[in-house]
Amino acid sequence: MNNLTRRKLVTAGLAAAGGVAGLGVAARLAQKYGLVPPDHSGIYGLGETLNYAAYRLLTRHSMAREFSRSQISKRPLENEIPPPSDEFKRFQSAGFADWRLSVTGLVAQPASFSVAELKSYPSRSQITQLACEEGWSYIAEWIGVPLSHVLGLVGVLPRAKYVVYYSIDPDWWDSIDMADALHPQTFLAYGMNGGELSVGNGAPLRLRVPRQLGYKNVKFVNRLIVTDSLKGFGKGLGSEAPETGYAWYAGI
Amino acid sequence: MSDTASALSSASAVPTATAAAPRHAALVRITHWITTLCFFALLISGCEIVVSHPRFYWGETGNVLTQPLFKIPIPASRNLVPTGYGYVLPDQNGWSRYLHFQTAWVLVFTGLLYAIYGLFRGHFWKNLVPAKTDLSRRILSREIAEHLRFKRPGGADAWSYNVLQRISYLFVIFVLFPLIIWTGLAMSPAFVATFPATVNLLGGQQSARTIHFFVTVALVLFLLVHVVMIFLAGFISRMRAMLTGRLATGTEVERT
Repeated sequence: MNNLTRRKLVTAGLAAAGGVAGLGVAARLAQKYGLVPPDHSGIYGLGETLNYAAYRLLTRHSMAREFSRSQISKRPLENEIPPPSDEFKRFQSAGFADWRLSVTGLVAQPASFSVAELKSYPSRSQITQLACEEGWSYIAEWIGVPLSHVLGLVGVLPRAKYVVYYSIDPDWWDSIDMADALHPQTFLAYGMNGGELSVGNGAPLRLRVPRQLGYKNVKFVNRLIVTDSLKGFGKGLGSEAPETGYAWYAGI
Repeated sequence: MSDTASALSSASAVPTATAAAPRHAALVRITHWITTLCFFALLISGCEIVVSHPRFYWGETGNVLTQPLFKIPIPASRNLVPTGYGYVLPDQNGWSRYLHFQTAWVLVFTGLLYAIYGLFRGHFWKNLVPAKTDLSRRILSREIAEHLRFKRPGGADAWSYNVLQRISYLFVIFVLFPLIIWTGLAMSPAFVATFPATVNLLGGQQSARTIHFFVTVALVLFLLVHVVMIFLAGFISRMRAMLTGRLATGTEVERT
């Protein structure tokens, strides 16, 4: 009996030590391969890290499902937006002719682009689904320029890890990793369903990230910052979402 | 040592058998209670998520501009949803989603541990797969009739699951749990980007959400019946068996 107990104790001790060491190695590796999300701390940090790590290992290059033209929702939903500021109204009344998208940070040549300039680049379209974390969804055709094209123009430096993007309301901002930023379906969208993007859907520019939920698709985008660390942005959690209790990674 | 037949036939002969082997193996007991905690965390957070949009659809898409399959007549936590109520509940989706997914990870790891144990230690074959002879129409209808009359189970039922228990446990473990994980993942835009068949087979993302809801309803019904049966069979003895592994009360023979 005693022998059995001792053997069990030793085995359990070794297993525990091995488990702790294994966790340590796993944490190192996860950090090295960029599998740790910015909101990895706190009581839900473990689940969040498992989500992001699992999804990055599984879905780095996968393409969001595209649909046929007949599957486009008859009435694309315009989700609520905060009341437009006077500044926005001025841009809107001028047909967004003065709207600029600035791109700064870890780039060779910081630049800013007008909507007309963005429209002059090769235009792409995708018929994809926008799903909200609340549970509703719709399918629409999105027309725009791939974000990777704009990032190519400014020359992203090799140590870049994230692209931070801002709405005209500086409190509405978010970020994505380079896997999503350079993904061919990540668009700076300016058109929808064959026409112009409506203000309700984020005109003049909306960042379209079809492999993540609706709230990552920030409307009225006018500023991009390429960075290797999200520490200096807001509370360092990667976006406004975790500051209000929502996950940074919204692929799930 | 008393023989097995008498151990099964009368509760007084149980102690010796208790000393030999617990009613439920330690791993079964531990995974059972982790699953219980996870189920409540998932249920509460899942209900909170549903409250933000208590409308269900079939097919690929659905929103407040489209006709729902059905609505749950409750107020919502978002003011976009027309519920007929004049107020909006507080938004709890942030922590609910964090908790839902973190708990799902714990539950999946627990389930894997249980499945590996069940396969390699004979738990599924020994304790869950019903005997062929028990699947006759006569025995099944007798069991159903006895359950419907709320007849207290006899001594043999304390040591082994009856055929209806076996069928319902197998259904929960091998049909409802896999289905709820599948339909949950089929709602994830990144997961279905990699495995599109997982959502296409279900008929679309909104269908996956609706099935996820109905599987939850089925699991809650199972839980209700499960708890009622425990009360009928003897709450203290059944709880003791699942907590400590011991079945009889007060007469255990300590191992020396």
